[in-house]
Amino acid sequence: MSKALQGMLLFIASEATFFLMLVMSYVNFHKVIHFSAESYLDPLKTGMFSIALFASSFTMWCAENSFKKQNRGWLRFWLAITIILGTIFIAGQGIEYADLIEHHITISRDLFGTTFFTLTGFHGLHVIIGLLLLLSLLGLCTFGRKIEPTSGGMHCIAYYWHFVDVVWVFIFSVVYLWRYV
Amino acid sequence: MTELVFTKQKNINTLNDIHEYHGLWSWVTSVDHKQIGIMYIGTGLIFLLIAALLALVIRIQLMVPMNHFVSQSAYNQIFTMHGTTMVFFMGMPILLGMTVYLEPLMIGARDMAFPRLNAFAYWIFLFGALLLYFSFMGGGAPSAGWFAYPPLTEKAFLFDPGTTYWALSLLLVGVGSVATAINIIVTAFTLRAPGMSMNRIPLFLWMMVIDSFLIIFALPGLNAALVMILFDRLLHTHFFAPNFGGSALLWQHLFWFFGHPEVYILIMPGWGAVSEVIPVFCRKVIYGAGFMAASTVAIGFLSMGVWVHHMFATGLDNTTLYVFAFTSMLIAIPTGVKVWNWLATMWGGSIRFTTAMLFATAFVLQFTIGGLTGVAFAAVPIDWQLTDTYFVVAHFHYVLLGGLVFALISGFYYWYPKVTGRMLSETIGKWHFWLSVVGFNGTFFVLHILGLLGMPRRVWTYPRGMHGWAELNMFSSICSFILVFSFFLFAYNLVYSFFKGKIAGPNPWSAWTLEWATTSPPPPENFDSLPAVNSRRPLWDLTHEPDERVAGIGGQPA
Repeated sequence: MSKALQGMLLFIASEATFFLMLVMSYVNFHKVIHFSAESYLDPLKTGMFSIALFASSFTMWCAENSFKKQNRGWLRFWLAITIILGTIFIAGQGIEYADLIEHHITISRDLFGTTFFTLTGFHGLHVIIGLLLLLSLLGLCTFGRKIEPTSGGMHCIAYYWHFVDVVWVFIFSVVYLWRYV
Repeated sequence: MTELVFTKQKNINTLNDIHEYHGLWSWVTSVDHKQIGIMYIGTGLIFLLIAALLALVIRIQLMVPMNHFVSQSAYNQIFTMHGTTMVFFMGMPILLGMTVYLEPLMIGARDMAFPRLNAFAYWIFLFGALLLYFSFMGGGAPSAGWFAYPPLTEKAFLFDPGTTYWALSLLLVGVGSVATAINIIVTAFTLRAPGMSMNRIPLFLWMMVIDSFLIIFALPGLNAALVMILFDRLLHTHFFAPNFGGSALLWQHLFWFFGHPEVYILIMPGWGAVSEVIPVFCRKVIYGAGFMAASTVAIGFLSMGVWVHHMFATGLDNTTLYVFAFTSMLIAIPTGVKVWNWLATMWGGSIRFTTAMLFATAFVLQFTIGGLTGVAFAAVPIDWQLTDTYFVVAHFHYVLLGGLVFALISGFYYWYPKVTGRMLSETIGKWHFWLSVVGFNGTFFVLHILGLLGMPRRVWTYPRGMHGWAELNMFSSICSFILVFSFFLFAYNLVYSFFKGKIAGPNPWSAWTLEWATTSPPPPENFDSLPAVNSRRPLWDLTHEPDERVAGIGGQPA
């Protein structure tokens, strides 16, 4: 395993622990307090946007395959699709936030707002960072030298993107689906 | 005579002989692990002196009952800054700096795996630390203690920006620590010299690799807590505000999920340094190297599962208390293995009591005392009686000052010749040692008794007529002057020897790990060739017959 990938995996391990702490805090409050505001969440709508994010993991995998085959045209295509899917997810999150705020559910209203916006907000921040990284990959594919993007950079960003997806699986299950269990 | 210096340039005797290191610009822009290591350690030492002076103010304030040397609010700021500085700005940078400096040399590499990340980590640490000290001018330093329990740290109770500075600063410093930890692990995994298998790397590095894993998994707990307290203060969220249904206890869980591994993060490099120093000055191979490495792994795992022993007095249910009391006591076993191994290494060795060895010996004794009071704390009833008394203060100062700092100083006397090319003065060193031992034990041993008498920690002052309090506090405060003086004597020794110390040569201690196989100080490229690494003691092998060689970790013939 390359140096860069080892470094990225360790970084992801650290980040995963950070999200574990945030999820545990959400669960900590969820188990004792009934969140009335929770009913404003729309699992179906957010679920649709989530599918965009999960699909982007697949397209990222396709991008990696094209990278392996040295096919820059397809690499650019799959990266662009991944970026579009990620952006759709972020847009969905924006719509959801706007909706909640319209109903006066803000980060400072109650514990639901506090934990919900902190947890999903940090995830959204990570998606945005991932999108910026993907954009830089796309930029390197288009304007970079022949050796760019390097395989280290490509794989690290791919791992990071998959990580951001997997975290969402857990957050979505806990925040949106738990009440149906 | 076998060739023992594996560089092309042989005439490097001091840092001045390396023209790449001339000028401030070469340091500011450096990605060289040795320059970054020196800057890390130097910054840590400056913060050590600052925090020692803060401690002295605390001791002066407590010297006599009903004292008004500093105001209450200043006192709160001072002990908070003392604790925070010692843990985050003295301990962490010095241990990371030592590793960053030594790791590539010990494994025969040119530099760290990610040199630029290395520089980034140092600078973000430095500015993070400066941010916290800026708070003195920016509206008041934090004043809620180094573990900053809410709801006190909520904006409703501490309106000044001190706690906000505190959280922001520690977030920045934490980013740097995680970055360096990743760097240390990847370097150890990928850049080892041919023949340098994982069971042949020096024990110092073994412990630092485990240490780095702890940093990676523990720091997120702190980061999550810091983010939440920042949101509570800046965005009016309610994580830790009980009046809105928040949970002050959540902070304690998150903080100590980080905080307990953190004390092992701090002490492990101490163990590592001593595990290098003791064998060299006893002229013996370390006893039970495999057990030494394995017990560190065991402690690493256990340390992640003991955090609740900081919270025994918070009214948790009995099952939780018993489980965490049990896991906490378990740690005594691998720790005992270590103390045993150090003693067994000294046993029958031809001990050379240099200053480094003296500090290592004192470390073993004092660390054992601190460890024993730690086991006592793991017993729930004792903890209930003694929690938040001066007994706690005595306990962790025995572990972190009598343990970690003594071990680091031992490491300084041992590796200073490698870093600067000059020996530290042994005359000043002996004075430094005896003043430290007297000052440290005088200051902190009596605190055990004060704690047993019921003196709570963090009190600004205490009434007259408390049985024994005034006398013991006076004694402790007098000794603290000796202790702080010894630190300044140490600083003087570091500076004096930098200019006037005896030229060391490549291997002044006849040590056997790879960092001694290059000039002192090492050239920027570290090595031009490398000796064959066939055991944990490559330099020993070069000058000794094969039948005198030793096995690797795990007992296989290496």
